Amino acid sequence: MSVLVVMEQAAAGGWHRISREALAAGKRLAAEMKLPLAAAVLGSPDAIATQAAQLAGEGVAIVWSVGHPLLERYTADGFVAALQQLIAEAKPAFVVFPHTYQVRDYAPALATRMGDVLVSDVIAMNVSDGAATFTRQWMGGKLNAQYRHVGSGPCLVSVQAGSFKADAADAAGAAGEVKQFAPEIDAAQIRTKPGEPFREAARTVDLGSAQVIVSVGRGIGEQDNLKIVEELAKALGAELAASRPICDAGWLPMERQVGSSGQTVAPKVYVAVGISGAIQHLVGMKGARTVIAINKDPDAPIFEVADVAAVGDLFEIVPAVTRALKGSA
Amino acid sequence: MKIVVAVKQVPERDAPVRVASDGRGVDAGDAWTMNEPDAYALEEALQLKERLGEGEVVVLSAGPERAESTLREALAKGADRALHIVTPEDGTGSLTERDTLGVAQMLADAVRGESPDLVLTGLQSDDLGAGQTGVVLAELLGLPHVTLVLSVEASAGAKQIRVKRELEDGWFQQIELRLPALLTIQSGGNRLRYATLMGIKRARSKETKQVEAAAATARHDEIVRVAIPERTRQTEILSGAADQIAAKLAERLKVEVGI
Repeated sequence: MSVLVVMEQAAAGGWHRISREALAAGKRLAAEMKLPLAAAVLGSPDAIATQAAQLAGEGVAIVWSVGHPLLERYTADGFVAALQQLIAEAKPAFVVFPHTYQVRDYAPALATRMGDVLVSDVIAMNVSDGAATFTRQWMGGKLNAQYRHVGSGPCLVSVQAGSFKADAADAAGAAGEVKQFAPEIDAAQIRTKPGEPFREAARTVDLGSAQVIVSVGRGIGEQDNLKIVEELAKALGAELAASRPICDAGWLPMERQVGSSGQTVAPKVYVAVGISGAIQHLVGMKGARTVIAINKDPDAPIFEVADVAAVGDLFEIVPAVTRALKGSA
Repeated sequence: MKIVVAVKQVPERDAPVRVASDGRGVDAGDAWTMNEPDAYALEEALQLKERLGEGEVVVLSAGPERAESTLREALAKGADRALHIVTPEDGTGSLTERDTLGVAQMLADAVRGESPDLVLTGLQSDDLGAGQTGVVLAELLGLPHVTLVLSVEASAGAKQIRVKRELEDGWFQQIELRLPALLTIQSGGNRLRYATLMGIKRARSKETKQVEAAAATARHDEIVRVAIPERTRQTEILSGAADQIAAKLAERLKVEVGI
């Protein structure tokens, strides 16, 4: 029995950012459940040796180095086959995944193959009397639901970005053991043929370095109404950004999107106009120093992370703010 | 090409949400709509059929009687027929009594009877947001799958398709796979259509077949408690007249931004 964290590498090398957060969550869960901490790294055997050794040097008791040439490029079929075999061998009590696009693609299938379910997108966990519960959001963040796994198999959870603070690499931790695990995977099992990742066009807007951002969401209603937000941004010398639905509709280019599928920003001031605040948006702007939100719905989840919550009609408030700012110039 | 699109009926986005009296569910009122990510899946199916110039789009939903209005909406937009797995609204056998695996099992039973070339669904639901049903359904059906798909390239009679998948940080990837297959569709790859008056009229003569839901199996995950989230920051709340709110906001912004 252990808490097994499935680590994910970043495309550019090193760890995927959420991997280190998942490791921190796994470490806490292991301590509270009084279980040893284990981790798994998947990939082609040569590519993962260094990272497996690194984990063993920072307090992970058992590091499973899951190597196979067919794991070099991610496929759901390859990862499900490898992890099902690893779980049968390692018999963990908990398996913790980072909630990445890749995990979303394979972890539900893995759970199904094991006749079980995955508690996905977890933002908090709680252990009391030796039982663990996991919190995930419902209704775009308007409610928190606490889940408890009741199956006989291992409890599978994926943790949302920004919900658990990644530890600094603990080089002083007790040295762990690296175990080689060679799953049996047949090329015929892999039913998808993935191509090389590509970008459509170079990003021309770097929201990541912007000091002031005015961001607009669904509440703006229609494209013509964007004018009032553009004028506010201009008056503040701010970059204009948006939540996903605005970019989906083609009202602003995709590169102005803030959130888990867009850019991650950390400005001094973030003004959220008509944005409800679904978790996918919040993970992209949690790093803002001051958050000012304008929304007509007093229960909008954006207000939970706001320093200033303006509850009212954005079509009245936004132009009035712009006028007041201009009047002072 | 025969395409099944699995859609869910969810509470309308702006509908007020309360914790149910038992503290373990949602009291969502009575304003319901098609889950928006599923609307993108339906749109992709309709466009695919239009591009190929042949095929059938079957829309599938599991839920109580009220879910029929969502199926009607899909028929009005252009789906050819509908399959409704009818569950009780509450209690034994309702959607909330089933976990992701249980819901996907109901859908899988219905899809098997159709033997489609392609199964599409949204990448997640706007209510529970687990983002898993499509992948679990693929696994139960023994189909290959791709998630977060923005567009589908297919030709009539082809045994293989090519899809564009969204990766993180502005990256994409083309993936080839054989049919039959399941795809979960990401928003933004297409533009949603509205139902026309003609479409609504035509939908009246289209078939909606009701099938009774199989008995629910026990959940593997138990909902312990549902609650309104606690605020994590000290929030200054401004409400009242718009001009007063605006004046206070402008003052605060001048200080924070330094203008």
